[in-house]
Amino acid sequence: MDLANFSIQLLNSVQYGLLLFLLAAGLTLIFGIMGVVNLAHGSFYMLGAYLAYAFTGAWGSLALAVVAGTALSIALGWLLEKILFKHFYHRSHLDQVLLTFGLIYIFEELRSMLWGDDVHSVGIPAWLDWSIKLTETLSYPAYRLFMLAICSALALGLWLLISKTKLGMKIRAGAFNSDMAQAMGVNIVRLHALVFAMGVALAALAGMLIAPLSSVYPYMGSQVLIMCFVVVVIGGIGSVRGALTAALLVGLVDTFGKVLLPQFASMLVYVLMALVLLYKPEGLFKQ
Amino acid sequence: MTDALLMAQGLSKRFGGLLAVNDVSLSLFKDQVHAVIGPNGAGKTTLTHLLSGDLAASSGELWLNGESVTGWPHHRLSLQGLGRSYQKTNVFLPLTVWDNLMLAAQARDAHAPFNPLSWFTRADRNPEVSARAERAMTLAGLAAVRDKSAAILSHGIQRQLEIAMVLATEPMVLLLDEPLAGMGAAEAETMVQLLQALKKDHAMLLVEHDMDAVFALADVLTVMVNGTVIATGPPQAIREDAQVQAAYLGEATA
Amino acid sequence: MSAPQAHLETLPRSVQLLLVLGLIALVAFPFAGQDFYTQMVTRMMILAIFAMSLDLLQGITGLVSLGHAAYFGLAGYVLAFMSPADAGANILTTLPLAVLASALVALVIGFFVVRTQGIYFIMVTMAFAQMLYYLFFDNKGLGGSDGIYINVRPAVLGMDLENKLVLYYFTLVCMLLVYWFLRRLLWSPFGRTLNGIRLNEHRTQALGYASFNYKLTAFTLAGGLAGLAGYLWGAQTGYVNPELMGFHMSAHAIMMVILGGMGNVAGALIGAFGFELFLHLFKDLPKVGGFDMGKHWQLWMGALIVLVVIIAPQGLMGLLRSRKQDD
Repeated sequence: MDLANFSIQLLNSVQYGLLLFLLAAGLTLIFGIMGVVNLAHGSFYMLGAYLAYAFTGAWGSLALAVVAGTALSIALGWLLEKILFKHFYHRSHLDQVLLTFGLIYIFEELRSMLWGDDVHSVGIPAWLDWSIKLTETLSYPAYRLFMLAICSALALGLWLLISKTKLGMKIRAGAFNSDMAQAMGVNIVRLHALVFAMGVALAALAGMLIAPLSSVYPYMGSQVLIMCFVVVVIGGIGSVRGALTAALLVGLVDTFGKVLLPQFASMLVYVLMALVLLYKPEGLFKQ
Repeated sequence: MTDALLMAQGLSKRFGGLLAVNDVSLSLFKDQVHAVIGPNGAGKTTLTHLLSGDLAASSGELWLNGESVTGWPHHRLSLQGLGRSYQKTNVFLPLTVWDNLMLAAQARDAHAPFNPLSWFTRADRNPEVSARAERAMTLAGLAAVRDKSAAILSHGIQRQLEIAMVLATEPMVLLLDEPLAGMGAAEAETMVQLLQALKKDHAMLLVEHDMDAVFALADVLTVMVNGTVIATGPPQAIREDAQVQAAYLGEATA
Repeated sequence: MSAPQAHLETLPRSVQLLLVLGLIALVAFPFAGQDFYTQMVTRMMILAIFAMSLDLLQGITGLVSLGHAAYFGLAGYVLAFMSPADAGANILTTLPLAVLASALVALVIGFFVVRTQGIYFIMVTMAFAQMLYYLFFDNKGLGGSDGIYINVRPAVLGMDLENKLVLYYFTLVCMLLVYWFLRRLLWSPFGRTLNGIRLNEHRTQALGYASFNYKLTAFTLAGGLAGLAGYLWGAQTGYVNPELMGFHMSAHAIMMVILGGMGNVAGALIGAFGFELFLHLFKDLPKVGGFDMGKHWQLWMGALIVLVVIIAPQGLMGLLRSRKQDD
């Protein structure tokens, strides 16, 4: 593999990894703090993608769609937490699995009723619709670089939030020991709502950003959900740092795997997970 | 001088920067009660975890009946004759007293799980296991509540079940972590009588805060403060030890 | 977390009666119904075996697996690979082999998976099943996304599963054997230990049980039994594809077990029949106003699941229990 090809794959790896991170960060925090396993997390990703499709179609601007979509997702996340999820924090994991699986069914049907079952595409904004020439024959899409930049900024923002702000401290305390955090004065109810809404928004945002590249199609949430779980397992539940490390690792293994060993590419990530589990059954950075 | 049934040498346990148990050595002999006392946070329960195999020691060695068992997990130690009861009642709550004891009594000679013999026989039709459960039940005075679900038992009876579970595995060594925890005077009296009866044929470690019980039962006392042993000896000597009085007995509540 | 409860292991009279009546109905059914319904009930029985195998793992041992379908689908594939293009495979050789293959893969995956706890277990079982899914999906040599056809159903000694009636009774016998085996297991020393692990794994270990070995054995057995169901599925439909190993199929199994009630094997059986009945009910819903209710059956299915979780998390059997007197 020459340098140009390698660079492309590396960029793709990091881009995919960061995208997975957006999803996994929400999932790991929601699980780490509230103890809820949410299979419908992938549905939020799908929701984001479909919102991007719908809003871009209506207003012609992806940027506007992203802003509106994010706002809507935050509201939806807040609402879902209030009326449904908060009552399941103390239920068994099995009950949570079932509840959220039921939600997947419902969400997919709603999607089908609202937007049908066809595959839709979302146009790349004109100002990003070009490529950087790397060599004579190879070039890299600007939109992917843009995504890379945005995801990096979000990752950085999340890191700053978690490690440098008071809110972040509350989040980390909540992830470590929810009851203790509450005993020390943290408004745990509000924290839960915030973390949940944030998780939903991040997932939806990931979906919105990827829409122009991957198209928008039914069950796109399920595929990414499983990758998400793998990332959370490898990284360790409740650890945002773990989610980032694991996401980048998965991105690398998956991307280079597809290029070097196409027939076993999809399996490589799971082999990676199996290896991690042998030595660290609770993930790399378990709290 | 009989050999120690359980011998611990230099046991330590570190949690990050905290040294919960610091270089503790003790030996348990047959027909003898060795009590471990000390203020809250002294590391008594952690020490018990190290002896029972619930926790792996950071350093130190353990011998059971002359055999080196350092680092063994608790299920292995249990099979070798080491039984442990818990400070916080740790039984199978939805099951009846009898079912609890049967499960305990079965452990000794259970077939390997992948042995089909253990799939087709009936668990409640093994006379040896039933006899073991019966003995433990009688010894702990639980016959009256045999078919009651453990969840609805009074606290005192639950604690008795807690001990009975250990007895059903017929161990040589008993590690009892605060068996009298949360008991009123009458219940405590019953428990002390039970423990007194158990002294014979067992080597017993007793972690307790109830000083009356400790001085009634113990042959040897070890005093722990902040993870370290500050004194070991016969009860009277310990009672009169100035250091111990300052550190613990002065503030101890019966 | 909400505390697990004793799962009605001693079946109440009403359930025993229901099962006996159900058995009579199942034996007599093909003579009363049409071919289509015979096939439908065969399918229900196959799924009942699948559900019961999961109950061993989830209801009795307390291990929630989101990847149980892997062993279901795998056995179907083994049958497909061993079926000649123009003749039926030999049941006597292929059935045990398929079940063994599923059990073996369950053993290997179980070795990695059983060392995890709680939520990790749920996630990794799902992940490993996905791994198998992609292995088959991405490789044309294994059939790829199109799957593989089983042209002629398996047969042996004059018993030909091509014959719908023979298949029906063969499946019925298998289902009864699995039910008998698992009920027996429930009261065996092994079963009691699994129950103990579900209720309080720590104490079970403290008593002297090597719980890892017990869990792994249960995982392997459950995988093998799921394989039996998968073999029969392949024999019935004549077609296997990666979706049989997929996430949706695994979730399907969980839902059947939950609907009926976990931990006593009878619930899983009842739940399987109940779930399929609901599915048919929803899919056959008429159009109301311009809205095709039947087409959007997933909505009703999803709502049913959510409802069951909120109102009756112990399933149908659990509803019976709350009417029973507690001790």
